[in-house]
Amino acid sequence: MLAIYVVLDGYDFGAGIVHLFFAKKEKDKKAITNAIGPFWDANEVWIIASGGVLFFAFPTLYASSFSGFYLPLIMILWLLIFRAIGLELRGQIHNRLWESVWDKAFGIASFLLALFFGIALGNVVRGVNLGMVENGVSAHEAHYFFLPLWNPTFSPTAEHLGIIDWFTILLGLVGVVTLTIHGANWIIYKTNSDLNNQLRTVIFRLNFVLLALVILSLVVWHVIAPRPFHNFMETPWLWIFPLLTLIGLFGLFLIKTFKKDGAGFIFSSLFILGGFASTAASIFPKLLPSTNSVNPSLTVYNVAADEYGLSVGINWFIIAVILLIAYIFIQYRVFKGKMDDIGYGEH
Amino acid sequence: MEDMLFYDRMQFAFTITFHYLFPQLTMGLSLIIVYFKWKFLRTRIDHYNDAAKFWMRIFALNFAMGVVTGIPMEFQFGTNWAKFSELTGGIIGQTLAMEGMFSFFLESSFLGLFLFGEKLLGHKLHFVTGFLVFLGSWASGFLIIATHSWMQHPVGYEILSNGKFVLNNFGALFSNPWLLPSYLHNQLASLVTASFVMASIGAFYILNNKHSSFGKLFVKTGVIFGLVSSVLVAFPTGDWAAKNVVEHQPVTFAAMEGLFETQDGGSEIVLIGQPNVVDKKLDNKIAVPNILSFLTYKKWDAEVKGLNEFEPENYPTNIPGLYYAYHIMVGLGTLFIGIMALGAFQLWRKKLYGTKWILWSLLFFLPFPYIANTTGWYTAELGRQPWLVYNLLRTSEGISPTVSSGNTLFTLLGFIGLYLLLGMLFLILVGKIINKGPVTAEA
Repeated sequence: MLAIYVVLDGYDFGAGIVHLFFAKKEKDKKAITNAIGPFWDANEVWIIASGGVLFFAFPTLYASSFSGFYLPLIMILWLLIFRAIGLELRGQIHNRLWESVWDKAFGIASFLLALFFGIALGNVVRGVNLGMVENGVSAHEAHYFFLPLWNPTFSPTAEHLGIIDWFTILLGLVGVVTLTIHGANWIIYKTNSDLNNQLRTVIFRLNFVLLALVILSLVVWHVIAPRPFHNFMETPWLWIFPLLTLIGLFGLFLIKTFKKDGAGFIFSSLFILGGFASTAASIFPKLLPSTNSVNPSLTVYNVAADEYGLSVGINWFIIAVILLIAYIFIQYRVFKGKMDDIGYGEH
Repeated sequence: MEDMLFYDRMQFAFTITFHYLFPQLTMGLSLIIVYFKWKFLRTRIDHYNDAAKFWMRIFALNFAMGVVTGIPMEFQFGTNWAKFSELTGGIIGQTLAMEGMFSFFLESSFLGLFLFGEKLLGHKLHFVTGFLVFLGSWASGFLIIATHSWMQHPVGYEILSNGKFVLNNFGALFSNPWLLPSYLHNQLASLVTASFVMASIGAFYILNNKHSSFGKLFVKTGVIFGLVSSVLVAFPTGDWAAKNVVEHQPVTFAAMEGLFETQDGGSEIVLIGQPNVVDKKLDNKIAVPNILSFLTYKKWDAEVKGLNEFEPENYPTNIPGLYYAYHIMVGLGTLFIGIMALGAFQLWRKKLYGTKWILWSLLFFLPFPYIANTTGWYTAELGRQPWLVYNLLRTSEGISPTVSSGNTLFTLLGFIGLYLLLGMLFLILVGKIINKGPVTAEA
């Protein structure tokens, strides 16, 4: 569910980044807001639903990670609010200064969110000091921790970790580049703006950057986290996830040759979903690794809710998902095609 | 530790108070919008459809505010109340996750369709999408209040040796005796807010001599919905909700009523007075004898337990706050019935649109249902203190163990600043929509 959230809200973050860097003309900016306007708040509902499901299925993980990542999570909330204000307000008053302020708020918040989500992924891969162990003694219960935003060395192997270090920043950049490509694909898919051809070139070039970043982070990952490929060796069918990721990544190099405007979006979605699944497969059954040897990592087994609750939950969850698929089907059917003329935000 | 608990509570109180300014309007308003759309389908008079579309714009703005201020509520369970989440997540996580999965997806998916899809859908389907938005928002309220009810009156659980609460009866969450009265009371209160907002803006248009035909429709609709909901919110639903408190949280009830001592021969009802917790009495009290006993037990001389019958460590933490919240809610609620009854009387005599002083009163009553709703929630939440889960888990035991008070104060201040900005921008926008007014017929 979290992966779907990133695919969905990801394209509107990405559209925001495109908006910040590439949309110079008023007409292009309008095209972008039209392309995401009717969708963003429904996309954002995914974060609420994912949070809720995480809460009920893995209450201990929810408690541990939300309090441990306290500051960045609250900042993500602020950024989400800023982004929403920017998007909704720019069209309300026709004044150049007003519009440019909210354009920047929208764009910068989108950029930072993409960066933060990458950093978050980096933190999960790297692990945290569970129990806040110092000199072999836990200062707190074994599954609690707290991370400051950074430590002075910005090193992922330091004794006192921070949320931002050079490894998590690297993944943050992967996040930004990925979502920029993803957002650009969505704009191409949903509009006929003059921007589209320029965006194809942007995607093509950024894809080289992405490839380089992915290779670099894999190498670093190999150094920091022990045996990232262990699970894949044990269970070979898991290779399907990295394979999908690679198809998504290399497919994007063909962006200029696609006949259908939606094809690029499918490939970038594939890259994101595959990337998430590969990461999960690599650290499974861990959900949040421990960096010390005193307290065990949080795994799907030691943080799950009780059996009765989960078994009831799975029943209503399946019903809800079926309903949800129906809603999405209806929604995208009614709003199929290009969104240039919808006049979003011009009440 | 003490100031940590204080900041955690302040942050939750501040963000939830701000958040609930929006859903309380959208839940009630969605019902009235469905009513307008239904009238339009029956009569095919464009006036109703235009009215529905006007209110939909206000709804959409409030809904967006509700979404962005709602995410921090869910997050705070984990960020600030980690221990509480860990211990009870297996239970309240159920209802909270269901809210996201069932009602929120429903509401947000069909809101988009309702706002942008009228031409594509046709009138009948457009009505259906409006109805589904209403259904989603009311289901959302139901699941939140189911969560709330479990904290007030825990059911269907067992406590493991490690202190964790686990669910052993899913159905009990929804047959909780606390749930239905609270839910109905809350939804009607939301309808009161929507009715007053509608009547207020209608009165604004009539007094302004602008869009007066819409003004008349809004005032009329607001007054009719307002009278019905103001009465029902007090009786029977408010009465039911209070009976729950009497039965399950008698100490809370005593504090709400400012009853420091059990009174022989029946308890008086306090109209005005300031709780003096040190001397255990009310200062400057004006009270009517025996009414409280009658309202509570339908017997003039029934005994209502005073605070003196309970252990001080189980007293609600903020007795004066609880007492004032409750009395403000009840006082305003009584005024609402009065003003709406007057309005309805004049409407019946066909004189409402010319009775300036009633229109002015309706106009200026706009903030009061918001205050009544907020103080009503304060009554429930302050009344539950010092417990998170009533009688089982104390509030001080629920906070995050590793987050420092400096960090919480930092984020609290951030929220205050951001929400002030958000509130101002909201007022500008809603003012713009109201000033522009409903648009007649399609261009």
